[in-house]
Amino acid sequence: MCCLGRIETGTMLRHNSAERGGRGKTTVIELENVAYSYGGGELLTDITLTVQPGSFHFLTGPSGSGKTTFLKLCYGALQATSGHVRLFNRDVRGLGRDDVAVLRRKVGVVHQDCQFLDHLPVEENVALPLAVSGQDAGGDDANLKELLAWVGLTARADALPPELSGGERQRAALARAVIMSPEVILADEPTGNIDWEMSQRLLTLLVELNRMGKTILVATHDLGLIRAAKAQVQTRVLRISNRRLQTAGADL
Amino acid sequence: MKFDFRSTAQMLRFDEKADRVVPPTGFTARLTLFSAFAMAFLAVFALALSMAAGRVAERWGEELAQSSTLRISAPAGEVAAQTDAALRVLRTTPGIIDARALTLEEQRALLAPWFGDDLPIDDLPLPQLIDISETEDGFDAAGLRLRLAAEAPGAVLDDHARWRQPLIEAATRLRVLGWASILLITAATAAMVTLAANAALAANAQVIAVLRLVGAKDTYIASAFVRRFALRALTGGAFGTLTGIIALFVIPSSSDAAGFLTGLTIQGVGWVWVVLIPPLTGLVALIATRFAAGRVLEELA
Repeated sequence: MCCLGRIETGTMLRHNSAERGGRGKTTVIELENVAYSYGGGELLTDITLTVQPGSFHFLTGPSGSGKTTFLKLCYGALQATSGHVRLFNRDVRGLGRDDVAVLRRKVGVVHQDCQFLDHLPVEENVALPLAVSGQDAGGDDANLKELLAWVGLTARADALPPELSGGERQRAALARAVIMSPEVILADEPTGNIDWEMSQRLLTLLVELNRMGKTILVATHDLGLIRAAKAQVQTRVLRISNRRLQTAGADL
Repeated sequence: MKFDFRSTAQMLRFDEKADRVVPPTGFTARLTLFSAFAMAFLAVFALALSMAAGRVAERWGEELAQSSTLRISAPAGEVAAQTDAALRVLRTTPGIIDARALTLEEQRALLAPWFGDDLPIDDLPLPQLIDISETEDGFDAAGLRLRLAAEAPGAVLDDHARWRQPLIEAATRLRVLGWASILLITAATAAMVTLAANAALAANAQVIAVLRLVGAKDTYIASAFVRRFALRALTGGAFGTLTGIIALFVIPSSSDAAGFLTGLTIQGVGWVWVVLIPPLTGLVALIATRFAAGRVLEELA
């Protein structure tokens, strides 16, 4: 059994199988008639979606269509103007900021611009979720090293984030996103700044996580990435068009 | 963010990892250190001023309250007779312990500061002064004046009330001013630390965004800033207080000639207040940073 961060592969695979067999009982993310307005204009409207545990979703759409906003609604960084966003069956609207923070520990987020604390080495940045949640990182040293090895950053553990290449930053962000063994991983244009080869490596990691039972939701306009994923794992492709969420056609 | 003392006190708990998440910022660090240093230095002087004024008010109140002066202003030939008559009246007045006519030498000493030592006092038509010592309860001034008017018409009783009271009031107000200065210094410290904390929080908006992204609660984020600013203020306050104490010792020691100015010292329990200046500076910084962090985190939410 392999351990990645706090992810125990064997256990999670069993969990994954069970969830796949018993879908409908619990949902990871649920959006019900959600609308979001900004600056007087409606950016998203009438969005309804249920994300089941262990599923792999892609979210596509032209630039500025609201993909990032959609993801932020999913992890509680933004509040819907109307409708309901439920994270692990809890309505985000009724939660305080601290409650959202605790819920967010169950959601790993990878941004296109990979925000890091530039004055801390990669190792500490990856372990940051443990530190902020008050968990003793001492016992997780082995897991941390294994996690860094999994994303191929062992040799860069002591480097500062500005010293990393685009691909290394994305992998470090992914490692940070999964160190708390979150149930869902949201990635916003994770391959936007990296070359094709590196995006394939990143996809391999995401597919591996999904096989461990993690729910994956990736916002991207990289159709090649979506096709490559579909060849490896069952995915659902969604598209934001004209402020609404649609299921993408079979051409994807 | 609501302010509650329990969570704020918990923020002071040492957490090396939490302290490292905020990058060191030279400008705000120096500003906080310098503000705390300057304010603690000024607080030592304000405290010394307030205490010196308090001591002066106390001394004037105690010393002058139990003494009066009788002045005999009569034609040269009647001064001696009226003095004797006045002394007889005084010595039989309830509430008076002692009454003594000042000698010419004593009167010369009183005038010397204004006219010099070589004043030809024998040739001047000076009134005769009688020094009166009272009991704690004092005497009936109105009744005494009536009796003196009959026995020694040239006698004028001065029970010091006319000029003692304004002096005591002045000293008391000086003491209040000293404490008001300390309050202003405290408010100024809070304002300066709030400005520095706001600057640090604004400069670290990206850090706050990252911490929120990985699930940090507001308390965790605020505590990293609160601890840092409280510690800086404590350090600056300690150095400022120490420098203030040294400066007080540099002032020349008290003498009658210099009077009040050289009495600017800390005595007795006053030292307790001085020792409290650094921790109070740290506490002010802690509360100010807590409020600033609460407001900024609310704005960044």
